[in-house]
Amino acid sequence: MATAAAQRTAGTQPDGDGVPDTADTADTAAYQRAFDAAVAADERVEPRDWMPDAYRATLVRQIAQHAHSEIIGMQPEANWITRAPSLRRKAILMAKVQDEAGHGLYLYSAAETLGTGRDELLDKLHSGRQKYSSIFNYPTLTWADVGAIGWLVDGAAITNQVPLCRCSYGPYARAMVRICKEESFHQRQGYESLLALSKGTPEQHAMAQDAVDRWWWPSLMMFGPPDDESQHSAQSMEWKIKRHSNDELRQRFVDICVPQAESLGLTLPDPDLRWNEERGHYDFGVIDWTEFRDVLKGNGPCNEQRITQRRRAHDEGAWVREAAAAYAAKHTGTAGAAGHKTHETGAARA
Amino acid sequence: MTTTDWPLWEVFVRSRRGLSHTHAGSLHAPDAELALRNARDLYTRRGEGVSIWVVPAAAITASSPDEKDPFFEPAADKPYRHPTFYEIPEGVKHL
Repeated sequence: MATAAAQRTAGTQPDGDGVPDTADTADTAAYQRAFDAAVAADERVEPRDWMPDAYRATLVRQIAQHAHSEIIGMQPEANWITRAPSLRRKAILMAKVQDEAGHGLYLYSAAETLGTGRDELLDKLHSGRQKYSSIFNYPTLTWADVGAIGWLVDGAAITNQVPLCRCSYGPYARAMVRICKEESFHQRQGYESLLALSKGTPEQHAMAQDAVDRWWWPSLMMFGPPDDESQHSAQSMEWKIKRHSNDELRQRFVDICVPQAESLGLTLPDPDLRWNEERGHYDFGVIDWTEFRDVLKGNGPCNEQRITQRRRAHDEGAWVREAAAAYAAKHTGTAGAAGHKTHETGAARA
Repeated sequence: MTTTDWPLWEVFVRSRRGLSHTHAGSLHAPDAELALRNARDLYTRRGEGVSIWVVPAAAITASSPDEKDPFFEPAADKPYRHPTFYEIPEGVKHL
């Protein structure tokens, strides 16, 4: 039986002798054809299948960025746990933040099936070599921001993520199914919380409106750059990692949000927002992509704070990880001994 | 030190009595007991399970995709193992 590791290197050395030769080239072409056919037939690619190196790299980059976003996303909301206005809201917020940690773990697991270890992914996050969604570099200034994040940020995430449940890579698609089920609670609790504020005192209403004013545009940016500037889109769509273009998903989100905002009794901060009868969609104003790129580059209001906090949490938790490993080694001898290797298939690398 | 060599565990969850355990995902944990606790927190936050198994990933032996065709081939040319292989006259009941 081929080990997963052997299978992984098959992309460059199909016969495993380490020497590229004519037979290897022919094998690679055959593997490529089988892969293309599977993707075209809407079959799922599973961890030990042969896949093009670029497909693997794209998935690792995307899933890692997604996982990082989940765990960094815990910070802006956790900021309000101690100041939640009621025990009910506090319990809800804690459950939501816990869910975000869970989502991060599902996704790190999916990334690991591609042969990249969790430590490596965390190192890359901590050293800034891998990114997370730039939305989390904005601050949560008031309690209403927690509601606005649930409604808009999680709403945008759901719009992005539902099609990912049909992504061509099996473990990623399965993680997304689980995540999407749970996100629905996130969005609804946010909406409910904003509605309570909107119907409250004039001050509470103003606070809700202010939060929506601040989160609306960054939420639209979550769908990524416009289609003609999105460098990875075309290839990802061909691979069926991505099913819809950035602009298509953004439009879908705007169309969903406008009536929801009306029901909330809040307005969206865009004077150009109006129904276009001809297109059957809402037209909306021009997005400030300079701001988007600036935040992405690290100049957002909270970039520094988020990464510093993440590093500190990781470093300060080191003793817990070490103690647990020491305990396991002392009592069962399993730590490390049980092996550490590949996913889903369970096949240990020899 | 920031790295730990916690092994990988595969998690199987029985969603309710009468159903078999199904693969839910995986996680890292230093030992079986913590793997079980982490699995509870990670995969059954909403009552998705009544029983959990955790198995060291390294303990699972898997068939290889390389062998896929020959390995499962013996089943492919035996359509007579399926009930639809047989022609039964119309009108014959309970068969």
